[in-house]
Amino acid sequence: MATEALHENETLASLKSEAENLKGKLEEERAKLHDVELHQVAERVEALGQFVMKTRRTLKGHGNKVLCMDWCKDKRRIVSSSQDGKVIVWDSFTTNKEHAVTMPCTWVMACAYAPSGCAIACGGLDNKCSVYPLTFDKNENMAAKKKSVAMHTNYLSACSFTNSDMQGCDKKAMVWDMRSGQCVQAFETHESDINSVRYYPSGDAFASGSDDATCRLYDLRADREVAIYSKESIIFGASSVDFSLSGRLLFAGYNDYTINVWDVLKGSRVSILFGHENRVSTLRVSPDGTAFCSGSWDHTLRVWA
Amino acid sequence: MPALPIEDLPEKEKLKMEVEQLRKEVKLQRQQVSKCSEEIKNYIEERSGEDPLVKGIPEDKNPFKEKGSCVIS
Repeated sequence: MATEALHENETLASLKSEAENLKGKLEEERAKLHDVELHQVAERVEALGQFVMKTRRTLKGHGNKVLCMDWCKDKRRIVSSSQDGKVIVWDSFTTNKEHAVTMPCTWVMACAYAPSGCAIACGGLDNKCSVYPLTFDKNENMAAKKKSVAMHTNYLSACSFTNSDMQGCDKKAMVWDMRSGQCVQAFETHESDINSVRYYPSGDAFASGSDDATCRLYDLRADREVAIYSKESIIFGASSVDFSLSGRLLFAGYNDYTINVWDVLKGSRVSILFGHENRVSTLRVSPDGTAFCSGSWDHTLRVWA
Repeated sequence: MPALPIEDLPEKEKLKMEVEQLRKEVKLQRQQVSKCSEEIKNYIEERSGEDPLVKGIPEDKNPFKEKGSCVIS
């Protein structure tokens, strides 16, 4: 029996050392191709001009922290969800509320607009993802038409109508092949939890926002981090990130109530936006890139342009 | 695809999975950062001229412009 236990320990030890060796090799391989920094390549790119972006609309109506939001493809409707248990669909041009659904739980952490514009999905502490068809018929009870599409063993933190191929779990960002269910690449350079990941418009890279107060850009073909967006003066975590249409700008919402706008190529901050009176929890650029919307623990959403 | 209860697996199984995964990742075909960065730069340069948030939108074309002629913001 003792020899069996010894054998077991040896195998564990050899597996551990193999894992360490492989991690070292991975770092080596990645370092070999690290011949230049992104901002060096972008040295001769014209610098961006002065930014004049301000709040154009403030959407008020939630009774508690706004946790998530998404744009409709029509570039004007927005769905938002809140700790107050409500999911609201807004017309961002007029600020009118078009639909409101009360969820059976508080902390509705995730919501998404269907590409068709005809439904929304949401979920949270109820451990489910539910889809609600949107109807303008005043006699229809939206809640009655709800359909549950997924049961999870824990709370729903994000949902999306397209294959969500990425997740930030702890300090690691992982890229998954949805067809095989395999993790294809993993990146662990953040020093703290990753709160948000977003694909770069071309699909060849992605950005992440983390509690370590930095945002980073990872190139999938180079298989490594290629840029860090940080400043000594920024000490609060970044909760949500999104790119502008061309990918030149990275908008990031922070726990210090601000939104920082970064020049993706040069690595510098081009603007800092004030307005929210509590943490920025969610941020998305509109489908045509004309504006972006931020949601906050101050119960409001703001549309900036 | 069935979800695996990772926390319930014995240490050895977890390590085996980690080693297998790392072996796959090491074999990945990678490109030079210089080449990838050039491509990102070119992608952006081609499109940033048409990026509304980069070049700005004239007030009269901005769908989110303030309504009315007198605005106190």
